[in-house]
Amino acid sequence: MKEFIAFVKKEFLHIFRDTRTLLVLFGMPIAQLLLFGYAITTEVSNAKIAVYDPEPNQYSMQLTNKLTSSGFFILTDNVSSKEEIEHVFKASKAKMVVVYPKDFEDKVAQGNASVQLIADGSDPNLASILTNSATAIIMDWTLSKMAVDVQIETIKTEVKWHYNPSLDSASLFVPGVVTIILMLVSAMLTSISITREKELGTIEILLVSPLRPALIIIGKVVPFIILSLFNTMFILGAAQVIFDVPINGSIALLLAESMLFIISSLGLGVLISTVSDTQQTALMLSLFGLMLPTILLSGFIFPIDNMPMVLQVISNIIPAKWFLVIIKSIMLKGVGIAYFWKETLVLFGMTVFFIGLSIKKFKIRLQ
Amino acid sequence: MRTLYFLLQKEFIQIFRNKAMLPLIFVLPIVQLIILTFAADFELKVIKFTYIDNDKSQESKMLMDRFRASTYFVEAESIQNFKQGMTALDENKATLFITIPSNFSRSLQDKKQATIMVDVNSIDGQAASLAYSYAQNIIMDLQDDIRQEWNGLPNKLAPPVTVESRYWFNQDMVYSNLMVPGILALLITMIGMFLSAMNLVREKEIGTIEQINVTPIKKYHFLLGKLIPFWVIAMFELAFGLVIGKIVFDIPMVGSLPLLFAFSAIYLLVVLGIGLWISTFTDTQQQAMFIAWFFIVIFILMSGLFTPIENMPGWAQELTRANPIAYMVKVVRSILMKGSTFADLKWEFLWVTVYAILVNAFALMSYSKRS
Repeated sequence: MKEFIAFVKKEFLHIFRDTRTLLVLFGMPIAQLLLFGYAITTEVSNAKIAVYDPEPNQYSMQLTNKLTSSGFFILTDNVSSKEEIEHVFKASKAKMVVVYPKDFEDKVAQGNASVQLIADGSDPNLASILTNSATAIIMDWTLSKMAVDVQIETIKTEVKWHYNPSLDSASLFVPGVVTIILMLVSAMLTSISITREKELGTIEILLVSPLRPALIIIGKVVPFIILSLFNTMFILGAAQVIFDVPINGSIALLLAESMLFIISSLGLGVLISTVSDTQQTALMLSLFGLMLPTILLSGFIFPIDNMPMVLQVISNIIPAKWFLVIIKSIMLKGVGIAYFWKETLVLFGMTVFFIGLSIKKFKIRLQ
Repeated sequence: MRTLYFLLQKEFIQIFRNKAMLPLIFVLPIVQLIILTFAADFELKVIKFTYIDNDKSQESKMLMDRFRASTYFVEAESIQNFKQGMTALDENKATLFITIPSNFSRSLQDKKQATIMVDVNSIDGQAASLAYSYAQNIIMDLQDDIRQEWNGLPNKLAPPVTVESRYWFNQDMVYSNLMVPGILALLITMIGMFLSAMNLVREKEIGTIEQINVTPIKKYHFLLGKLIPFWVIAMFELAFGLVIGKIVFDIPMVGSLPLLFAFSAIYLLVVLGIGLWISTFTDTQQQAMFIAWFFIVIFILMSGLFTPIENMPGWAQELTRANPIAYMVKVVRSILMKGSTFADLKWEFLWVTVYAILVNAFALMSYSKRS
């Protein structure tokens, strides 16, 4: 036991000695929270538009003004010919061009004017958001030009938003950021740290020491478990302070589930270290084999429901997918384990499998 | 020149000697390209809904039929009461839960007004508001039809101005046309920056750098020897990825490919320069990797790759000017999808060139042959 404690102490020293890595481990979630919270919003703002208005008149100027004063659009260019529109798009000077007809004023008076919105469709989502917002603004303006007051049937909808009434994205990405950082520390850092001992040759010294191999592995991962838990609490605390993201459910349950996810990631990390000889290999494996799939297939950024069937099936083998469902349920819905015991069971099964496999694969003899 | 030649030979031997690395460098990213392109889809295609119809009138049935007939809405399990509806939201079985009150049809006839209750699971705020707006569209359509049927009024009040939308360069609105070039830019950036960041520091960690430092090899020779192999690999990767993109996703290639490769050639100098720079001031591969990871994550999030730059507040849009990945993503997409020419992209070329010179100068200054 004394040897084991000494060994864990050595591992801690390794971690704390490297202040730069520690800085990244705690600085990165903060940077991510700030970026997701303040820089990446769902609202379009300052989208560049250009106007093609062959015969400027009071109506077209009014309408252009209305578009630019909405905050969605800024006018960057006045196009003087239809040919120029293509050039504006190619040079990315504007994402949308508003085209007025020649005799707009007369046509509005006659009631048959048509405004054309030409959008740069290379980003289809952005293009349709831009044309939708512009259409809404133009229709609004149009209605103000019509004097109608008819009592007709109206169906109102009364909406109630559950779990995230302000529709902000903070509550959505905080669980994601926690998941990513746990994966980073528990899988990536662990795999690299063990591979490092292999690459530098120090693992031989450990293996000939009186410590049993199982204890060596446990000693290696204990500091990362503590670091991960500490980091989780740090992120949740920061999210609370900066964005006021609540934890509606039980914190003890949240930490217990995090612990389960941390152990499953550690299992993956050890597994990667058993198959790689250099830190570079370990990095590439954990980066492309773990991090990217975790970020993109777990439902953190892209909704799983949208993916093709094959990917939806693949997403089931990603532990982070199950963990995200759990952590979101606890944090945002405040529900108890009765609602996600299935996910917990799946995660537990995966953990046992990864740990078992990595113990089996870990070589305790020198080649 | 001869020195550089031998250094390059050494580097290539080292890279190709590691049998585990080669498939990682070439196969994994391509697999990622294919998988990620399918995964990276923000388009809302499926909205699960459930409902209670307390009215059971012709109008309420009509409304629910329209929901079922729409391409977006898929009916989740049917429910009997409000509590079951809320449970469906709790358990993620439905995003939208519609309640039609018992007096719906009568109220619409008598008071000309009726209300429908919609409960939405809004954990994903953006998807929730999109789902709600689709639901509103269906309800509004019903309202217009009822107006017409009951009063003989025109379907919609004809406004004096109509709006017509056109989408250029991507008429069918294919999302993969946008994502393949972007993800490709991301992959070559990651490969380039990680490999270069971890390479020089590896020699430090293992101690072989001392043997280099005591030779008369010039600093810039050594750095060039580290830079060129990864530059070649990344360029090759780009070409390979474009071929895959064409075969698997049939991405458009409107513009000039030589222009694209010319830009990528300069851009990669920036990426590798940043990697080398990180490598010169760190002590272990782990450190180098984490610092590179830090920058890459920030650069990616702010690059307009997954979320358009137009979705950022003004100050953040200004910040993207300092982000090399943002330039690459923009240029790859512009050339491939819109056929932009050098004249259209001259500022991007200029900035990346300045960036490349600065970063590599920093790396050169920061690398010292003395320890």
